[in-house]
Amino acid sequence: MEAFLISVTVFVLAVFVGFEIITKIPSTLHTPLMSGSNAISGITIVGAVVAAGAGENEVAKYLGLGAVVLATVNVVGGFLITNRMLAMFRRKK
Amino acid sequence: MGPNLINAAYLLAAILFILGLKGLTSPRTAVRGNLLGATGMLLAIVATLADRQIVSYETIAVGIAIGTVIGVIWAVKVQMTAMPQLVAAFNGFGGGASALVAGAAAFMPGTVEGVPEIQLQTSITLSGFIGSATLSGSLIAWAKLQGILRWQPRGLGLQLLSNGSALAALGMGVGYVLDPEALWLFCALCAGAAVYGILLTVAVGGADMPVIIALLNSCSGLAAAATGFVLGNNVLIIAGSLVGASGFILTQIMCKAMNRSLWDVLRGDLGEAAASSPQGDVYAGRTKSTSPEEAALLFETARIVTVVPGYGMAVAQAQHAVRDFANLLEARGAEVRYAIHPVAGRMPGHMNVLLAEADVPYGRLYDMDTINPLFAETDVAIILGANDVVNPSARDEPGSPIYGMPILDVDKSQVVLVVKRSLSPGFAGIPNLLFTRDNTLMLFSDAKKALQDLSREVREL
Repeated sequence: MEAFLISVTVFVLAVFVGFEIITKIPSTLHTPLMSGSNAISGITIVGAVVAAGAGENEVAKYLGLGAVVLATVNVVGGFLITNRMLAMFRRKK
Repeated sequence: MGPNLINAAYLLAAILFILGLKGLTSPRTAVRGNLLGATGMLLAIVATLADRQIVSYETIAVGIAIGTVIGVIWAVKVQMTAMPQLVAAFNGFGGGASALVAGAAAFMPGTVEGVPEIQLQTSITLSGFIGSATLSGSLIAWAKLQGILRWQPRGLGLQLLSNGSALAALGMGVGYVLDPEALWLFCALCAGAAVYGILLTVAVGGADMPVIIALLNSCSGLAAAATGFVLGNNVLIIAGSLVGASGFILTQIMCKAMNRSLWDVLRGDLGEAAASSPQGDVYAGRTKSTSPEEAALLFETARIVTVVPGYGMAVAQAQHAVRDFANLLEARGAEVRYAIHPVAGRMPGHMNVLLAEADVPYGRLYDMDTINPLFAETDVAIILGANDVVNPSARDEPGSPIYGMPILDVDKSQVVLVVKRSLSPGFAGIPNLLFTRDNTLMLFSDAKKALQDLSREVREL
């Protein structure tokens, strides 16, 4: 139970941090914000890697493989496209 | 690497994500911010690979290789006008990955250390539910934005079905929590949630898409956070909740900018009057149409010109033509501003990205609250494929279905030049009395062609 409460605490505090930062982001950058935050939500790749690599259960391994593929597209594609967009914003002042 | 070192790496990754998002508060620091986020992600992945739990690397390597190839090709090839589809699809992938991880955890409950049973099953249920619904909902959103899916059912039956599927899925979830051995319950839960995701998004269309994309963005984050609870992993919880908060704020901004509740958007409900409002004759003989030659004369003396882009600009791919025309006007000494309504286009910030692609400096892009007082000093406002967001009825007529929606006060300009292919109504399905105002001129044309014609005529002045 204690571990669970700590996790909930972390979750709630991070939501507050998120609100504080995101409300300061100008509307001009809302599309890069979506694609960039989307790439960050690809963090689930950490779980995917564990599932694919633990080698305990065949089903879990293939589910993990699928998760690794989807999460990698999310991470790699997400950060790349965000970079592409933001570079356009930076070109001229 | 020992567990302490790995956790330290995760903490550092979480800090980098926060700093990365903070970088997005200004276009100057945004590229660096994105790099910080990517660095955090790389760090988290490397730390995980060093975990002693991992015994086989082949599957991981295959997965990462396939995902990288798809991700790189997609991100490099995609057109800026297709950005809403891409974000929709990626939201779905994030959600799908989270659901799959939850599934893997359900099939090997022994490997997750230090997570109490009840937390494990509950969070597997949540992660499976949110992740599956995000995946299927995002695929529907993608298909709609791509123009593949035009089906848009509405009504009470759909709502009952969608609520029913959510309840059924949650019921399966409760069953699974009570009996973790019954894996079929988990599979049924995911299937039910996927149906729910479809039914929830299928009624949404057109100008409401920004809301649903923002909502799915939030859900993809929450799914990752739920997966964090499954694995007892703080970096997932932190990153997921940041994204969840971000998508939630964007959803709120979009709803506010349309003066509609999230509930109404999800039902595809535009208000009672929308269907029955008068059509057709309101324009008869009351609009003034113009030609490029005539319209060009407007710019002979104009000092301040404000461009109001809408989805029509994206459809016509007119952003470069806009920029060329603006260059021409600026060379003649005029000031060109761009007025961006929060829901213009199909996703938050859609117009800004297109204009940035065409090298429009971001200092010229004004948000609604900043530009509205400035329309009084505007000589010519050019409306490019925007409709409902410039409809004065939303401000002046309490009986209008869109009354109360914040609009761009373009009618306060000296002259309004509306570039539009026809008098067809916008997404709200109601007539726009702006077109009948004394100071409004209609230029019936495709946005791109109109701007090219105008550029040619202005050059000859």
